[in-house]
Amino acid sequence: MDNNNHKEKQPLFHITKRNEMPVWQAMSVRVIAVMAALLLCMILSFILIGINPGKMLVSMITGSFGSQRRVWKFFKDLAVLLCISLAVTPAFRMKFWNIGAEGQTLIGCLASVACIINLGGKVSEPLLVIIMLAASLAAGAIWGLIPAIFKAIWDTNETLFTLMMNYIATFIVSYYLMVWTPSGSSTLGALKYGFLPVVFHNYFLLILVVVILTVLIYVYLNYSKHGYEISVVGESRRTALYIGINVKKVIVRTMALSGALCGLAGFLIVSALDHSITTNSVGGQGFTAIMVSWLAKFNPLAMAGTSALITFLNQGASQISTDFNIDSAFPNIIVGIIIFFIIGCEFFIYYKVNFRHKGKEAK
Amino acid sequence: MSIVNYLLSAFSIGIIFLLGATGEIITEKVGHLNLGIPGVMSVGATGGCIALQAMYKYRDVLPGWLIVLVALLACFICAGLMGLLYCFITVSLHSNQNVTGLALTTFGVGITKYEMSKLTRIGAHEYLYALPIFRQPFSDSTNALKYCGVMTFIALFIAIAVSFVLYRTKVGLNLRAVGESAATADAVGINVTAYKYVATIIGSGIAGFGGLYYIMDYAGSQEAYLSIEALGWLSVALVIFSLWKPLVCVFGSFVFGLLYIANAYAASILGITLPMKLTPIMKLLPYVATVIILVLTSIRKRRENQPPAGLGITYFREER
Repeated sequence: MDNNNHKEKQPLFHITKRNEMPVWQAMSVRVIAVMAALLLCMILSFILIGINPGKMLVSMITGSFGSQRRVWKFFKDLAVLLCISLAVTPAFRMKFWNIGAEGQTLIGCLASVACIINLGGKVSEPLLVIIMLAASLAAGAIWGLIPAIFKAIWDTNETLFTLMMNYIATFIVSYYLMVWTPSGSSTLGALKYGFLPVVFHNYFLLILVVVILTVLIYVYLNYSKHGYEISVVGESRRTALYIGINVKKVIVRTMALSGALCGLAGFLIVSALDHSITTNSVGGQGFTAIMVSWLAKFNPLAMAGTSALITFLNQGASQISTDFNIDSAFPNIIVGIIIFFIIGCEFFIYYKVNFRHKGKEAK
Repeated sequence: MSIVNYLLSAFSIGIIFLLGATGEIITEKVGHLNLGIPGVMSVGATGGCIALQAMYKYRDVLPGWLIVLVALLACFICAGLMGLLYCFITVSLHSNQNVTGLALTTFGVGITKYEMSKLTRIGAHEYLYALPIFRQPFSDSTNALKYCGVMTFIALFIAIAVSFVLYRTKVGLNLRAVGESAATADAVGINVTAYKYVATIIGSGIAGFGGLYYIMDYAGSQEAYLSIEALGWLSVALVIFSLWKPLVCVFGSFVFGLLYIANAYAASILGITLPMKLTPIMKLLPYVATVIILVLTSIRKRRENQPPAGLGITYFREER
């Protein structure tokens, strides 16, 4: 376009889309971005709070890998985050912006807890766990289906709908908390039934389930007919119609799957970790999962890496706030800055900045 | 009198939603769904409080209007900077709006908690000295009228002004064109990038006022900063509820206010005691109402009630 108007002053730079960047190059851009962000965080905390950058780095690493217990905790947090990230991925591949993972997971938690409260002690433990699993899957699926059906039939904006569903879920949970705690304290103590069996270690089975799920989702999305249909609907709805894909059916089916997997995450949180529920049981991970999934470009295997990164940052930053006695909100700031850098660096992977003087290119 | 108090309180708490939603409407009208609004509102409030804290020493020397003005300015700048950050990432770096917005909320709420807890620690929340100034001219009232301070009038003025600019001026027409179809607007010669930047920054600044209003007027307490995030999400809901129209928003904010505090007043007005467990159900109502409105508008498909067509879509000139 620029060649056509020689008379006018050309802009200082213009942006063009790149051809596909080699994987190693793309990865190195991302690594540089993370490093730059960490550096910025260190400089900021040195200037503002006066933390020694070296000590800060050490404290960050020991936060995740300092002891055996912390390593297990790292993998536990990683597994839960990864599970929710995997859950939102099928919908995202379809360009269905499901930001309701928080609510879908919470409803899954609620279903599990409801099963424990109503059936705990009345049926055998293995049967209870199976019922809990089924209930959580169903609850999550229903929570995902409601916006999906409206999207399929009337094209209702799914981003806004799923966002609202999060809050509806939160208040339903706080309602049940009041029902279940006669004293009105709204804090439910640890329940005695419905434990996921313990193999090797408390968290082992949880981690194993998520590892298997990662592979399954990868295969489902990349090598199955359903996965193909999802990609086509995501790329272009018209193309999907031309080749005879029932778009509405795909939307509804995929969101049911997405919601059910969130429900699974909820089941895992209750049966393997919390054995209780609060309105904050999911703790914003439903939103973090969206970033994790997007950063991994919706690739389930890469998602293991991005969720590891986010978990590492979270854990490291909260270690810093304990070690240096800073407010517990500090991790949010650090993670926020680093995520901005990672989001921002994608630009340099997909686009090229061409400056006016020929031959000069930004990285 | 409790009915009057209820209506007044509902109106006052509605002002928070009104400011947040008016800001978000401007942003969404240029096609950007800013899910960072809760963070933006929090940071705006923080900025205002820091400015107030800084003026604490001179509180007897400075005239009241100047204190309010400086606080508003600081609030607008801080919130606007958040808007600028969002805009840089989504407009210039073509990044995903949902992801950026959510990160902005995490980041903003983090900063707010960090800074505000520091303010509470060092200054023993001295910034609250400005409460009577913000609650002018009703600061002597003992009923809910005291919450209708200066910022209430500013909020109503902003909503009306924004409505006028959007629907009655050329700038507003261009702005809406950018949100409906950026490529078309670009072809007509509208500077799409400039419109997006300016609209998002101004919108964020206005939303920031919402947070400051909540701390310095409605709540007037040192823990207030903790609840801004939840109110921010309600503001995002209100945008949908009011069909992207600032004037409907004035009405909608009142409805949201009525629903939001219904539980606290229902007992005294109706003369019955409601069980505690109904509280969450009542708090759910604004969200359910929003969903219903969202569904109804999508079923009726009246063109003037739809979300901006380009909402959430990143515009890249060479990709058309």
